[in-house]
Amino acid sequence: MSAFRDQDPRIHGIQTKIRVVPDFPREGIMFQDITTLLLDPKAFKDTIDLFVERYKGENISVVAGIEARGFIFGPPIALAIGAKFVPLRKPKKLPGEVIKEEYVLEYGSDCLEMHVGAVSAGERALVVDDLIATGGTLRAAMNLLERAGAEVVECACVIELPDLKLFRSLIDSDSDYLDLAGS
Amino acid sequence: MFAGEHGLQGDPRLKAISDAIRVVPHFPKSGIMFQDITTLLLDHKAYKDTLDIFVDRYRDMGISVVAGVEARGFLFGPSIALAIGAKFVPLSKPSKLPGEVISEEYVLEYGNDCLEMHVGAVKHGERAIIIDDLVATGGTLSAAIRLLERVGAEVVECACVIGLPEFKGQFRLNGKPLYILVEPRQ
Repeated sequence: MSAFRDQDPRIHGIQTKIRVVPDFPREGIMFQDITTLLLDPKAFKDTIDLFVERYKGENISVVAGIEARGFIFGPPIALAIGAKFVPLRKPKKLPGEVIKEEYVLEYGSDCLEMHVGAVSAGERALVVDDLIATGGTLRAAMNLLERAGAEVVECACVIELPDLKLFRSLIDSDSDYLDLAGS
Repeated sequence: MFAGEHGLQGDPRLKAISDAIRVVPHFPKSGIMFQDITTLLLDHKAYKDTLDIFVDRYRDMGISVVAGVEARGFLFGPSIALAIGAKFVPLSKPSKLPGEVISEEYVLEYGNDCLEMHVGAVKHGERAIIIDDLVATGGTLSAAIRLLERVGAEVVECACVIGLPEFKGQFRLNGKPLYILVEPRQ
């Protein structure tokens, strides 16, 4: 669901700040680069404000951000809504005891980790990343939080890629995703 | 310089921030007492206080660039940038940033590593601060300083949550002041 598209005047400003870099990291991929958004303080602030306005008052106590670009958007949202921030990382980055969730890539698989004890059963959580493509990483993130007993209220991304047929079929009916600026 | 010696003597927020940091022994290698800031991120008040201290220090210094070292610098830099009206510039390991980059190599205990910044992100004459979670040898921060100076920015200060005690007093890294909140925990 692109809940904000065509409604909020700030969306257009955000959309125009995202840079497309062709053939990165591989030929054929049109990479959606959010670093240019971060160079515009007003557009970056609008991005955060849109998420904060949506989630403030929803009793969310956990914002989980996916390494590394989820670390850019997640903390400002967490701080503004009074939630803790939980980093979800590639293997061997988090020290101490972790739980792991494997997910499938186009070729092979990868793994996302979360600290044991970061999230308590019954907490209401938000997952944040810059972009949703196949949804594989977000699905792994949701699994980690649910395994710890949290309720994933929503997945929030700045950008949605158009071809999400596969992703929609993986989503539980009671967990939704939200994006701001479809490409 | 340490915040507790310059302007924030006796500030109770500093002890709470230090207490919120977890030490994980023998990570990533035997003998290293790893300073884990993820527990700070779970403590909303202590996390907010960390950022507020940096924001209060930098808000009136005419800073237009906050550069953060990937990945843990991303946990602090963007919030500071948003609060002081500056842009946030990520400094990343090789092959992470798309498009044209400049690279700066730096020395590790064994071998080298490399830090990259986007061409065009920072303009000549801009005043910048650099953020990371922790400073140990200063190798990564030195590379970051060089990247910003190569494009003509003025690095006003480097800021870290945690720093080794040898950075007390008037210690400068590549001639730049270091501002640190707490020492490593045992």
